[in-house]
Amino acid sequence: MNAASIIERLAAHLGLDEDSFESDAEAKDPWVRIPGDRLLAAAEFLKGDPELDFDTLHCVSGVDWPGDDPPAIEVVYHLTSLSRKHWIVLKTRVPREGGSLPTLETVWKAANWHERETYDLFGVRFEGHSDHRRILLPADWPGHPLLRDWEWPETWHKIPVKPGRQMTERAEGGQMTGVGPFD
Amino acid sequence: MAEQRSPVDGAPLVTLYDEELPPDNSYAFSPEELEEDEMILNMGPQHPSTHGVLRVELKTDGEIVKDARPHIGYLHRNFEKHAENIDYQGVIPFTDRMDYVGSMGNSLAYALTVEKLLGIGVGERVAGIRVITAELQRIASHLLAMGTYGMDIGAFTPFLLCFQQRERILDLFEWLCGARLLYNYNWVGGVSHDLPEGWTDKCRRFLDEFVPVLDEVDKLLSHNKIFIRRTADIGIITPEMAKDYALSGPNLRGSGIDWDLRRDDPYLGYENYDFNVVVATSPHGPVGSCWDRYFVRVREMYESVKIVRQALDRLPAEGDVHENVPRFVRPLAGEAYCRSEAPRGELAFYIVAENKKPIPYRVKGRSPCFVAMGLFHEITRGEMIADIIAIIGSLDIVLGEIDR
Repeated sequence: MNAASIIERLAAHLGLDEDSFESDAEAKDPWVRIPGDRLLAAAEFLKGDPELDFDTLHCVSGVDWPGDDPPAIEVVYHLTSLSRKHWIVLKTRVPREGGSLPTLETVWKAANWHERETYDLFGVRFEGHSDHRRILLPADWPGHPLLRDWEWPETWHKIPVKPGRQMTERAEGGQMTGVGPFD
Repeated sequence: MAEQRSPVDGAPLVTLYDEELPPDNSYAFSPEELEEDEMILNMGPQHPSTHGVLRVELKTDGEIVKDARPHIGYLHRNFEKHAENIDYQGVIPFTDRMDYVGSMGNSLAYALTVEKLLGIGVGERVAGIRVITAELQRIASHLLAMGTYGMDIGAFTPFLLCFQQRERILDLFEWLCGARLLYNYNWVGGVSHDLPEGWTDKCRRFLDEFVPVLDEVDKLLSHNKIFIRRTADIGIITPEMAKDYALSGPNLRGSGIDWDLRRDDPYLGYENYDFNVVVATSPHGPVGSCWDRYFVRVREMYESVKIVRQALDRLPAEGDVHENVPRFVRPLAGEAYCRSEAPRGELAFYIVAENKKPIPYRVKGRSPCFVAMGLFHEITRGEMIADIIAIIGSLDIVLGEIDR
């Protein structure tokens, strides 16, 4: 099934009108953005519908957009159907402060670790998650590092963690490291 | 109980000693919940059979594992944060260090994603070279998996034979680009070096001599009775479970699911090569066992040899490998998600670009090992402690990729 009809089918099922969702079927990776409160219903439909049959949750990523109005973190779900060989990207936005989403662990178990990672690095909470702990970073690590305005702590339990002066200066000065043929 | 847990508590000479200790959240099981005869046991993070710094927390009853929780993050460097300050090409060495025994696959996946973002392609010669290096890397990576897996179970000889052959592939790569493990070989739009003169002949000679050795190792290990008894009925991943947890690569095909991106969503012209997708047939037990995953890797090496031979045969003699390398990588605003079949499964990168900026806004690596580790607790429940080693080895994980 092509992307346009997947999006159409999903929107028809959720009863969304044109104002409440965005989509792009012509993009490199066709995507659809739905409100967070319809996420679980959308996921259940995408997996359960025999025509769509999205049996695999491939990846969950967060993207921080502090400059947008309102500031938001976008959570992006890449879905694959092994049986039908089609792909779709499901997006939703949560507020940067205190935002939360329903967990999709009940639909695809693969969501468990991906959501823990998103919580760890972005601070997005997933309601109903069975094991809502940090996964990559220590439990008492300050903040969520992939937020754009996150600041390096000087030390963590007396361990110096801030990157060396040279690296920070280069980055702050806009200078870039390069490895291409022209650097 | 709680006081004994901290690594620095009671050891004041440790330089990190701190009066205010952090709350200890490093345990998933609590001693209060244990039943009679149960105990919490740490396997790792310094354990030779965890293939890196993986710590598994086991709840055991004698030799039986009641429950297991992997703890990861010991190698976490967050290259995704670093990528916020580096230009597109500069991220490639960081991706090399994700799966450090399959670097060609990582930089290839990243380069393909940036090329998708820019909307550029590569020439036929570059595509051919990429296929050759990617498949040689797959052989090298599977040899490592096969050799160490044998050693985990107690067979030492296959390890030596596998490493001998793997070394020859590393020699070829060293001749090609100067590095043995972390290559920085796949660039955006091309590769760093063209094949040196005589390289293809040496590669062919390697393939000719490699196949008999692989036959021998296969005979030594795969159908060995002890090896089968150790691996053929543990760590069962049913096809439903494999889909639910989004497994990929040999782990998915080891559960009997016929899916390979090289055939089902081809890139680099893989559709023009004649090869079979290896799916587990499970002659020795239920489908999805450790033995199935192991044997899929063995058979895949033969298929990779086939692909490399074809790629060498049809490689165009002329062609500039830097022809399509862009002077500046400044994509239009947008995003791209590109998956490719790395040795350990589907490695994908998700890149979000701001309009005409030289630095990516967001780079995310989807690591197949991270995903495979997510179902670890399901397949270890009720197994023996010694079998945990066999299960970890059969998933073929690399911690550099899990922790990123």
